[in-house]
Amino acid sequence: MSADTLAYTVKPHPVTAMYSGKFGTWLFLASEVMLFGALFSSYVLLRVGAPAEGPGHWLSHEEAHLSWRIGAFNTLVLIVSSVTMVMAWVSLKMENLAKAKLYLTITVALALLFLVIKLSLEYYPHFKHGLVPSHSNFFALYYTMTGLHALHIIGGIIVIAYFIGPGSALWGRDPEYYTNRIECTGLYWHFVDLVWIFLFPVLYLL
Amino acid sequence: MSDTHADVGGHVKLYIAVFVALAVFTVLTVLASRIQASVPMHVTVALVIAAVKASLVAAVFMHLKWEKATTLWVILLMSAVLFAVLMALPTLTTEDLPPGVHRGTWG
Repeated sequence: MSADTLAYTVKPHPVTAMYSGKFGTWLFLASEVMLFGALFSSYVLLRVGAPAEGPGHWLSHEEAHLSWRIGAFNTLVLIVSSVTMVMAWVSLKMENLAKAKLYLTITVALALLFLVIKLSLEYYPHFKHGLVPSHSNFFALYYTMTGLHALHIIGGIIVIAYFIGPGSALWGRDPEYYTNRIECTGLYWHFVDLVWIFLFPVLYLL
Repeated sequence: MSDTHADVGGHVKLYIAVFVALAVFTVLTVLASRIQASVPMHVTVALVIAAVKASLVAAVFMHLKWEKATTLWVILLMSAVLFAVLMALPTLTTEDLPPGVHRGTWG
């Protein structure tokens, strides 16, 4: 193995018992749990501390003009995108790169759909009606949490697009390595889905 | 992972089953939120459903069902414990309020 090659990209590392990309991805996701966990913790703190009524009270969904229909639809969009992401990995295991790329492309399309819905049906009309982050504690947290989540969606789109495009050249050199990179991308993508699974009831239903 | 073609083929059915379960739970959580009940009841039901959905995603889509590496489970255990600590922190603030200040009046 030459000095410029990463070690244990396919074979399990003797210490961690998994290939190093997976180990690194899980460590990253553990730090992500802390990042989003701090925000959920802030949500509990601010909500429990808010007065029952009057100035500074916690907004109801009606007051916040948040539609559970849009939230539920976007939940489904992300769930379907998780299925297509994992199917891309299955296709690679079956040695079908073309099919994998098709599934990855659908995943990107669904991610873009999620963002378009979020921006055009929620952020834009909210901003137009003055429901900006400085409006209330609810909206400050709503924009921080959904905004950070949306950034993760954008990050996912960039990574998946790279693996559909230039990143797929790796398939020709080392198919197992490429398959593992798609598995790690999937781990991240499912985590983004998982965060939304909590954001949806917390922000739209409770 | 060292799955053979046959193993992975068997995964697909499970992925579809999990997808259906996630869709059904999404509908359930919406329906549950519309029932007349106390706030703590609503919070409990919504978080239990979300936790079940999240577990399905982690176990199946994120392949934890097939993972045996101890290192991975140690990482997950650590983040679970630290997450619990983060979620418990807000309770400290309501247990230690200045005299005359009650929960829900300091917003």
